[in-house]
Amino acid sequence: MLTLSLILIPLIAGVITLITKNNSAKQLALIGAAIELVLAVVIYAQFQPTADQQFGFSYPWIQSAGISFAGGIDGISILLVMLTAFLTPLIILSTFRQPYKNASTFYALILFMQAALMGVFTATDAFLFYLFFEAALIPVYFLAAVWGGEDRIKVTFKFFVYTIFGSLFMLVALVYLYYQTTSAQGHTSEISAFYKLALDAQKQGWIFWAFFIAFAIKMPVFPFHTWQPDTYTESPTPATMLLAGIMLKMGVYGVIRFVLPIVPLGLQTWGTTAIVLSVIGIVYGSIIAIQQRDMKRLIAYSSFAHVGLMSAGVFSQTLSGVQGALIQMLAHGINVVGLFFIIEIIFSRTKTRNIEQLGGITQRTPHLTVYFMILMLGSVALPLTNGFVGEFLLLRGVYESNIWLGAIAGTTIILGAVYMLRLFQKSMFGAKSTFTEHFADLSFSERAVLVPLVIMVFWMGLYPNSFLKLTEPAVSNLLQMIHY
Amino acid sequence: MSPSLLILIPLLPLIGFTINGIGFRHVPKSLVGVIGSVATLGAFIISILAWNSFDGQPQVVKLFDWISIGQLTIPFSFQVDQLSLLMLMVVTGVGSLIHIYSIGYMHHDEGFGKFFAFLNLFLFFMLLLVMGSNYVIMFIGWEGVGLCSYLLIGFWNKVTNYNNAARKAFIMNRIGDLGFLLGIFMIIQHFGSVEYLEVFGKAANGGFGINDTVIVTITALLFVGAMGKSAQIPLYTWLPDAMAGPTPVSALIHAATMVTAGIYMVIRSNVLYSLAPATLGFVGGIGLLTALVAASIGLYQNDIKKVLAYSTVSQLGYMFLALGVGAYTSAMFHVMTHAFFKALLFLGAGSVIHAMSDEQDIRNMGGLRKHLPVTFWTFTIATFAIAGIFPLSGFFSKDEILAHVFEHNKIMWALGILGAMMTAFYMFRLLFVTFFGHFRGTHEQEHHLHESPATMTLPLMVLAVLSAVGGLMNIPHVLGGGEALGHFMAPLFEGSKQVNPTLFEGHLDHSTEYILMGVSVGAAVLAIGFAYSLFISKAVVPAADKDVTGFPKVLQNKYYIDELYDSVFVKPISKLSDILYSFGEFLIDVIVNGAGRLVQFLGGRLRLLQTGETGFYVFAMVIGIVLVLAWNFLIK
Repeated sequence: MLTLSLILIPLIAGVITLITKNNSAKQLALIGAAIELVLAVVIYAQFQPTADQQFGFSYPWIQSAGISFAGGIDGISILLVMLTAFLTPLIILSTFRQPYKNASTFYALILFMQAALMGVFTATDAFLFYLFFEAALIPVYFLAAVWGGEDRIKVTFKFFVYTIFGSLFMLVALVYLYYQTTSAQGHTSEISAFYKLALDAQKQGWIFWAFFIAFAIKMPVFPFHTWQPDTYTESPTPATMLLAGIMLKMGVYGVIRFVLPIVPLGLQTWGTTAIVLSVIGIVYGSIIAIQQRDMKRLIAYSSFAHVGLMSAGVFSQTLSGVQGALIQMLAHGINVVGLFFIIEIIFSRTKTRNIEQLGGITQRTPHLTVYFMILMLGSVALPLTNGFVGEFLLLRGVYESNIWLGAIAGTTIILGAVYMLRLFQKSMFGAKSTFTEHFADLSFSERAVLVPLVIMVFWMGLYPNSFLKLTEPAVSNLLQMIHY
Repeated sequence: MSPSLLILIPLLPLIGFTINGIGFRHVPKSLVGVIGSVATLGAFIISILAWNSFDGQPQVVKLFDWISIGQLTIPFSFQVDQLSLLMLMVVTGVGSLIHIYSIGYMHHDEGFGKFFAFLNLFLFFMLLLVMGSNYVIMFIGWEGVGLCSYLLIGFWNKVTNYNNAARKAFIMNRIGDLGFLLGIFMIIQHFGSVEYLEVFGKAANGGFGINDTVIVTITALLFVGAMGKSAQIPLYTWLPDAMAGPTPVSALIHAATMVTAGIYMVIRSNVLYSLAPATLGFVGGIGLLTALVAASIGLYQNDIKKVLAYSTVSQLGYMFLALGVGAYTSAMFHVMTHAFFKALLFLGAGSVIHAMSDEQDIRNMGGLRKHLPVTFWTFTIATFAIAGIFPLSGFFSKDEILAHVFEHNKIMWALGILGAMMTAFYMFRLLFVTFFGHFRGTHEQEHHLHESPATMTLPLMVLAVLSAVGGLMNIPHVLGGGEALGHFMAPLFEGSKQVNPTLFEGHLDHSTEYILMGVSVGAAVLAIGFAYSLFISKAVVPAADKDVTGFPKVLQNKYYIDELYDSVFVKPISKLSDILYSFGEFLIDVIVNGAGRLVQFLGGRLRLLQTGETGFYVFAMVIGIVLVLAWNFLIK
């Protein structure tokens, strides 16, 4: 029941927000998201660090077809559920100084998005997963297409086509798998039933690619990424935060949930290819990020590079790699939302995101400097921040599967420092520009967003075991299913 | 010693950082320096207590499990043994002096509080580095000191050049850090642990042969990390640029402590290195090359801090040279004496710069000994010490290194002597040009000339005493000493002796040792005499930049290495970035979209085979409904 509430609360809150007046929409949305967060904290507190599915629910849905409306939370889901519940209220709070037209629709879409994301991360039925996976696209599409920048129509169309196209492959794969299952009542779409299928290697190869394309577009993995920088840049910042902070994790999550346990033989054949593509993405994205001037686009490319490492870690099929990916998803979500928020703060005061036009901001803003610095350090994986634990485990995972790929992936710690320090220096240090002449330091509501994020940066960096312990039994269990 | 007291050693500076950092602009200025210094002194005092209660056995204090993954547990824990104790004394001892000095030096700076906060944070990380009981804790400290170095090099962040220097330092260190990290992964892979005691125990008894590929690779990777942190070829160019930071930072971080982390790491891992003479040969070669290259650059530098910076790079090279011949104790000995005299030289330079109203070019100085007597005398002691003149500290440590090199390889020894001559020359050039002759600065500067306040001169005097007598801690047998340091550190190398006894053989008879000492001192005296005749007798002032031609110009321009790196790495990567962004992305778009259309076409054909399956229709319908509903909500 708790799990179902995770999906229903934002849905109901969204509907209420939609039918209220614009001027009270954001407060309502925040209340809704706050209730959701409380619920998620309750779940976190009650969650047992075992491999079992917990807080499950199951209702018959299309009984004749063996499809049910079923969900639950296990070690793979728990951190993503927490991430979604933690970030959404902060994303809503981050908009408080920024008026958006048609506010009630705007905030309702954010809440619908949260509901869909919760659905994706908790669904235990493959078709329910697919439904939420697609449904999550819709609110964010409208957020980008209606409230985005100048190029929004062209850019969001590309985004939509790419992701829908990818999902079709997944649908084909799911339908195929569904027909391979057998139970007393005929076929079933329970994900756990898919785990028991032992398809031959060739079939697994096909299904691997169908899943891979769907999830690779979502993350994105090289070379399926070209929709991403434009979409991140053109979307209104709250939508960018949802996309980068949470939505891209659907792809990584999908690989862990479906690809690893269902098509191990496909992985045996194609896993290295997937790692190679992911690692290319790390280097390629990082190198492009080095010369970007638009701060949002720079973080977009950095995000592309970071998710490449998560993907490589997952495809390494090692405990380190998968655990690293799970904790890095949480860390990256926190850091990237914080960084996008700081870019939004700078943009709202200077009306520019071009780092060449900025500079010297730190002279007037001790608070902003500290928060920005901490989030940047998290992002470049400095030890004792959240980014380090994830990158350490991920790189070790990739290293275990292939030493050379581990070394190449490792260049992320060098290149990441190159582009992040450049971003920081060009915007914060140096002489003041005409744009930054009268820069005001953080307001109370801005700090209210950044403080929780920074607390998480240190909590995860100092005591990562409080998260790793939750997920390890489930991950070990999952990896044991991989028999070649 | 009780664990809770040990934890205070890194904790005190962290508390100092927190108070000065969070209270920045609120803590009264008079208190800031006191808090920072008391935190450091406290750590020093506890370190002394730890020293006194040390019973010869390594003590491991575990705080909690930091990262657990499968069978691997990385505890957050500290280890106190001979090596960490020695490093503790240097770091907190010299650190305390430099904190006190900074109260005077940074007094007029608007970022006074920030400065002390960063300095304390640096100490915290440096203490983690030397106290950690495993490689990952060392790595925390390792990267943390890199961060503080970055923050302090770019301390005056309005100046773009300083910011660039800071960034360069961080990035170059990160290149080394990648090597370190891969080394750690390999240690985990082969030893299943990162804890020193466990790894070294397994290495010593694990049946590894000499030059086992695994061990050679691990040690080489770790050494890449050391190259970055300890500024060795090819990753040394960040250190001279790091002089952009305030001078106490140069003294503490970029001379006495952080940059010796690489040496610490090799000594810490001595069992592994002793198993890998191949790596040791490489370490020694890099060290010698760095010692010579940096010393030769130092011959023609005119910025007082740049001379000292290249001198630091060069002296670090000597330490690696020592490590390369298995003379771990000698390297540590030189780390300690170097910490004394190089910190003193930097602080003296700071006192000069302070008096000269931020002038750093020695061509605009001269005759300062009359105006800055304390600075002059202490600086002179340090100069004699670094030049290796008997009986100052540098003589003992450098001589010990060269004696071990002589046992190992006569040509390397001769080159080492050459480097020592260059060292003596450029240091005395610096001393003579700065403190002797006539004052060459502006009248305004001359009017302002003054000796520094007591907070600054007191640390100078303490360091001068240490620079003078520091050598006594390890007097060789041949001079009637007891090699106290060698005996103290001996237990650290038991594993090494067990796996590779030949590394520790080789013994010089006394007459050879006397001759070697004579040669090295004689060489230094010769170089000093040459410097004297040039800069005192002939009163030569180094030429203006435009008048320098030929090879000296190459030296003055540091062999154009920065330019080389710029055109080989920096510019091509920037160019590549532009090309990938403007063209690569477009190309990928075209290819992926093209392939997409093809697959879509094929997929469409395939899907025809699936007709009649209710599942697909149901879901197509559900998605349709969701889409329609969403449209209806939006278009009211």
